[in-house]
This record gives sequence, structure tokens and C-alpha cells, in this order.
Amino acid sequence: MKTIPEILNHCAELSFDLNFSKAKLWKSESPERILVGYLPIYLPREIVHAAGGLAVGIMGAGDRKQIIKGDAYYQSYICHLPRGVIEMALDASLDHFDGFLFPSICDCVRNLSGMFKIINRGKFARYFDYPQNFSPQVGGVFYRQLIQTILDDMEKINGVKVTPEMLNNSISLFNLNRRLIEKIYSIKQNYPWRLSAVDTYHLLRAGLSIPVEEHNDMLTAVLNFLKDDSGQPQDNIRVIVSGSFCEQPPIGLIKSIEMSGCYIIDDDFMLGSRWIMGDINSETDDPLNEIVHAFLERSQFSSAIYDVGNPKGKRLVEIAKRKNADGIIFCAASFCDPALLDRPEMQKVCDEAGIPHINFQFHENTGQFKVIKEQAGTFADSIKLWA
Amino acid sequence: MKIEKAIKEKSMILQKEMLAKQFKELSLARESGKKVVYTFVPGNLTELILSFDMLPVYPEINALQSGMRKKSAAYIKDAEKIGHSEDVCTYVKCDIGMMLNGNIGPTGEKLPAPDLLLLSYTGCFTFLKWFENLERLYPGVEVAMLHTPYQEDGKITADQIDYMVKQLREEVIPKMEKVSGKKFDYSRLSQMMINSEKSEDLLVKILESAKHKPSPIDAYFAGVYYIGPMFTAFRGTEEAVNYYNELYLEIQERIKLGLGPVTPEGEIKEEKFRLVVEGPPNWTNFREFWKIFYDAGAVIVASSYTKVGGVFDLGFRHNFREPLESLAKYCMGCYTNMNLPQRVDLLSKYVKEYQADGFLINSIKSCNSFSAGQLLIMREIEQKCGVPVGFIESDLVDPRYFSYANIKNRLESYFQMLEQRKIILGQETEA
Ligand code: SF4
Ligand code: SF4
Repeated sequence: MKTIPEILNHCAELSFDLNFSKAKLWKSESPERILVGYLPIYLPREIVHAAGGLAVGIMGAGDRKQIIKGDAYYQSYICHLPRGVIEMALDASLDHFDGFLFPSICDCVRNLSGMFKIINRGKFARYFDYPQNFSPQVGGVFYRQLIQTILDDMEKINGVKVTPEMLNNSISLFNLNRRLIEKIYSIKQNYPWRLSAVDTYHLLRAGLSIPVEEHNDMLTAVLNFLKDDSGQPQDNIRVIVSGSFCEQPPIGLIKSIEMSGCYIIDDDFMLGSRWIMGDINSETDDPLNEIVHAFLERSQFSSAIYDVGNPKGKRLVEIAKRKNADGIIFCAASFCDPALLDRPEMQKVCDEAGIPHINFQFHENTGQFKVIKEQAGTFADSIKLWA
Repeated sequence: MKIEKAIKEKSMILQKEMLAKQFKELSLARESGKKVVYTFVPGNLTELILSFDMLPVYPEINALQSGMRKKSAAYIKDAEKIGHSEDVCTYVKCDIGMMLNGNIGPTGEKLPAPDLLLLSYTGCFTFLKWFENLERLYPGVEVAMLHTPYQEDGKITADQIDYMVKQLREEVIPKMEKVSGKKFDYSRLSQMMINSEKSEDLLVKILESAKHKPSPIDAYFAGVYYIGPMFTAFRGTEEAVNYYNELYLEIQERIKLGLGPVTPEGEIKEEKFRLVVEGPPNWTNFREFWKIFYDAGAVIVASSYTKVGGVFDLGFRHNFREPLESLAKYCMGCYTNMNLPQRVDLLSKYVKEYQADGFLINSIKSCNSFSAGQLLIMREIEQKCGVPVGFIESDLVDPRYFSYANIKNRLESYFQMLEQRKIILGQETEA
């Protein structure tokens, strides 16, 4: 039985093992096992799990890899994430992956799917084009067909035909995963000092490259630990960090925010793991239908989904109020159209609701945090002063 | 020469008149009671909009016009003042800035606010963000979404067509009926497609005339004018058919006389290089940009930008027998909705079929849809076609990203490279 610091250290290692050794080891243990890499943000990982596969989140190379070839594939005005991903595809990091999925979030990720086809990585490389129509008979049918295509791709590789029982089992495991994660966030809401933002980050990110069963065990252990009081409350303000759902901020940036006097009580770093709100029914004859409906009806707001009728600014403000946040930090990757084009409206809604906010832009390999620390510190001080 | 000049002017005059009439109608929309639909160029539903007697407005066209009229820099700054980042697509910022400054269109007349935002986001994710922003700026405006699936597997599938047709039936058409107060007229839409098909046939012939040596047209700089009526408010109309007929006759005449393309600097007397260009042009310095090519005798014989509103040379035509299905296929077939391997194949085909001497990319800072992956495209074309490749960078409407000296230097070195290759190839043939 590992201690909590040991678990958290292990998570930190897993989060930034850009060779995905643990996932590859898992695959090597049985010929039927397959690895499916996916980019941010959301993938219904249940379908990969049910097919005997492991869906591995590829969140970029961050500041952990020297980009040698990747820069020759991207102009300077394109965000950093895809150049790290192509670097990994060109060296051995993504060897042994059977397929790749590129969820629809922007044209960089979309075109990256074609680059993987050209450089011939994986037995399949597909853009996963989520419906923007939310009627079950229209978008729902389309989404189901998309999922079926992936199930067929996987079946061609390992011969596994997914049954409703298998899918129900996978759904219940991911339901547990989502529940445990939300419990951790709800403890952090009231007692943020019990688990730092960086540890929380590692804990969630580690789950993208190991089997969900193992991740659930880790989350359970940490959750049990968090139930008891630990750590010392500081005179920090409570913030939500929004806008870093795809290219990830460097750990130094997350640390800087906390060290400058802000508790991060919520964030969208690992949005994909928290995408579906609530459980998906795992006791039906048609579990695929449940996965589809969960997406159509219970998706968290995001820059990837057109939000007519349910504006994301309003939804962010609701979360901020419910979680009793003192302020919001908009923290988006440079050149990230989806996040940056949402920002003015989100800020306007915050202003109207009287929620203070600041914003940063970053690259995943930013190395200097002095300015960010100062800005976040001033933000925290001003809130403390005027509260 | 005189005859040729007169003929040329006729198609230009026609287009000018068409545009003037369109913007006049728009400025009078409130008085005439006509409803206004804002929508995007790639994969547009012009025939459907016109079949409801509504008037389309294309924000990208307004942005590019603002760029050409040197107004975009100020508009972009105004959008940045309200919180838009320097990093994002400048078309969006230019449009928002124009709106903040009274929404004055290219003819100096005020554009009406939209009655419907028709978000047919073909080939570009940023469109979605653009209209989310516009929706906030026009509170309460009706929005219709048409999700166009990407050709991720290099083809259009039956499932995708089915999805799009259902969206047209259940989302787009009911919204149009609501906004216009008219019932959907299937046969009117179908009839318009007969005209669409005629214009499309003609446009293909016009663009393919560049296969002649010398090419009678420039398929990029002049090409952007040729695609104007087809990619915007006129496809499906008699006017468009007339325009394309006229233009086609003029070009036939040029071929007969062995003439090269007409440019703002005059006619290109000697076609030194034939190029295929990938990526949109720059609008803020359009004429200067074109002149660099003119000075070098470089003629663009094929371009991907003239395919953003349909790759008709691959065979697609609107079909009056299945109007909704053909709208679906049309939307999905546009250039930026093709996956990267398809784009590479198309561009290689152009290099070969148009007997190009080189392949050039104008990479646009604003546009991830075009730009992400272009460096790989360039390498692939170089390998497949064995022609010299060139790469320059600029922006659509943000003059801060158009460095004349830099672009000129790069192009001149590129043209030198082409020149040397020609000499070597010439020597090899002689030997
Ligand atoms: S960081 Fe933004 S622009 Fe870059 S790939 Fe992700 S969503 Fe796209
Ligand atoms: S990203 Fe490109 S295609 Fe999309 S709106 Fe901007 S310029 Fe147009």
C-alpha cells in the first residue's frame, strides 16, 4: 500500500512520462490490448475501454521535451501544442499506439489528424467531429455513427466485438472515476489547502495514461486522505482558472498562481475527464445510446461547443457563485482561437456579475513566471483589500 | 487590342453593377421589408437564402473589403480594445471593429443588422467563435446552425449527407421560414440550381483556361474577382450566368489572340513562370503584392483559394434533382473542408496539369484552417512534383503582418531559383 506522497509522486511521473511507458507496458501484457491516443479535450473513453483498449490522453509535450523537428512543421503563429505532438509522433514516443483520435476543438487539431495520416502513424488516425446539433434524431444519430466507426476501427485490430454488457461495465468504471474526481474538487472547494493545485493536476493527468481501474484506486486513496484535515489554511483568495483546456500551462505557472496567494478551487485543465456531468446510465440494453445522450444533454460548457441558448459566460459565473470563488483567472494558450475568442464575452459577463478577473497568455514551455506571479499577487491583494 | 479591352471591361462592369445593386438593396432592406442573413462564404447556402427572398451578407467579404480600403487596421484595434487578443483571426476582429464603427459597408452605405445568423461553418472552426461573438453583439437575433462534417477520411459519406440534410430540414429551413415569414419553396430552390450548374460549368472552364500557354488569366489575383459572384450572393441567379458567359467569351478572345493576363499594371507580356499558389492573398497590400509577381512575369495558373467556395473542377455541381442533398455535398466539398492528404493530392494535380514551374505558399497568420500543416504540405508537394517550392507569410487584413520588403526579398530569391532551374532544364533538354 502506497502512502499519499508516494501516490502523488507516482502521478507526477506518470503525467509527464512522454514515452507513455506505463501504457505501453500494459499493452504488452496481452495481444488483444490496444492503445488509442487522443488529443484534448473529450473522448468517451468508455468505448475504448470496452473494446479492450486504453485511451491515452496526449496533452502535448509541455516544457519537458526539446522540440527539434516539430518547429519545422509549424509557423511561429500557431500554438505550441501540435508541434510537441508531432515531435512525439516523429520520435519513438508514440510507437506501439494502434490509433489516434483528434476530437474537434480547432483547425490545428483537425489538420494534425491529416498530418498523422500523411506521416502514417497508427492503424487509424481520425478527426472526431462532435455534432453541433443536439437533437437526438439528428446530432445524436450522427454521433452514434461516429462512435461506431471507432468501434469498427478497433475491432479490425483486435477482433473484439463490444457487447452491451462490456460497455455497461466500462461506463460504470468511468462513472466512478468522474464521481471520485468531483468529490476531490468539492473537498478542495471547502478546504483547498488539503491538496495543492499541482498535486490535483498530477492526480488527474496521471489518469490519462493508466487503466481507469488503477486510477480509481488512486483517487479513492487520496480522497480518503483528504477527508481528514491536513495542511494549514493560508490567507489566500479562491480562484477559478479558465481557458487552459487544451494546451496545458506549465507546472511552474500553476505553482506560481498558488504561491502568489490564490487557491485554485476549480479549473478546466483536465476538462475531458470532467466533461460529462453526472453518471451515465450503466444498466441498459443500449449503453451506446446513453453515452450519446450524456454528450447531448450533460456536457460541461466548453469553447468546443456552440452555446446558443446556454451561454458559457453565464455557466462560468454560476460555477463561480456556487463555489464561492473570489475571482477568475483567464489563462489561455497563445494563439488559441477557441479560448481567446471566448474571452471578451466571458470577461464581460464576469464584470456584470461583479466577479473580479485577470488574464494571462502562456505557451506550454514558458519558463518565466515572474510577471504572472506579480500579476496574480496583485490580483489577490486587491481582492483581499476590497473584500 | 482595342476590342479585347472593351470586352474585358464588360464583365468587370457587370460585376460592379451587380455588387452596387446588392449593397443598395441591403441598405434599403428595412424599408423594403427584406430580411437579412449573415453567413459565411465557404459552403454557403446562397440559393436557399435567395429562395426565401432574403438578402445574404458575408462578413468575410466585408472584412476583405475593409482591408482593401485600408480601414481594417483601425477596426482591428477597436476590437482589441474591447478585449480581443492580438493572436486571433483578424477577419473576426475586423468585422467586429466595423460593427463597432457603425457597420458601414464597402459602398459607404450602412449595412443592416442581421435577422438571422446562419452559421454554416464549413472548413473553419473559428466561424463558430465568430458567430458566438456576433450573437452577443446582436442580442436576441435568431441563429441557425448547420454543422458541416469534415472530410476526415478523404470522402463524403452517406451518413454525413443524411446528417446535413436532416439539419437543413429540421433546423435551417424552419428558422428561415420563421424569419422570412414565407414557406419553403422546394421547386424554386430546385430551379435556381439549374442556374448554379450553368455558372459552375463556366467557372470551371474559365479557371481551366490557365492550362493554356501562355495563360490568359491569373488564377489567384484575378481569380479572386472571378469567384466573387459564384461564392457570394449570386450563385443560382440569371445575373451570375450572364456574368460568367461574358467573362468566358472575353477569355476565349484572349486565348485566340495569344494574350497573357491583365493586371492593374497592364498586361503580362511574357509569361516567365507558371505557379500554383496555396493560401489566401493579402488584402491590405493586394496591388503591391500582385505587382511583385507582375514584375517577375510570374503568372498564377492555379490556386487553392479560388476553391474555398467549391472545388467545382473535381466535378461537383449543384443538382436540381436533389437540391438539399446537393447543398449538403456542396458544403462538405469546399477546399478547407478537405483533409490534408486530399489537399496535397489536389495541389499536386494542379502542379502537374497546369504545367507549373513552382509551388508557392502564402501562409496567413490569421487562418489556422489554411495554415496549420502547410509546411508539411509544402514538403509533400516538393517530393511528389519535384518543383521548387516557396514559402512567404502575411495576413489577410492586418497590415502589421505584411512586410513588403521581406516578402519581396523572399519572392525575388524564389524567382531566381526558378530561373536557374529553367536554365538547367533547358540545358538538359538540349543535351
Ligand atoms: S491550444 Fe487552442 S489552438 Fe492550439 S490546438 Fe489546442 S484548442 Fe487548438
Ligand atoms: S480562420 Fe481562416 S477561414 Fe476561419 S474565419 Fe479566419 S480567415 Fe476565415
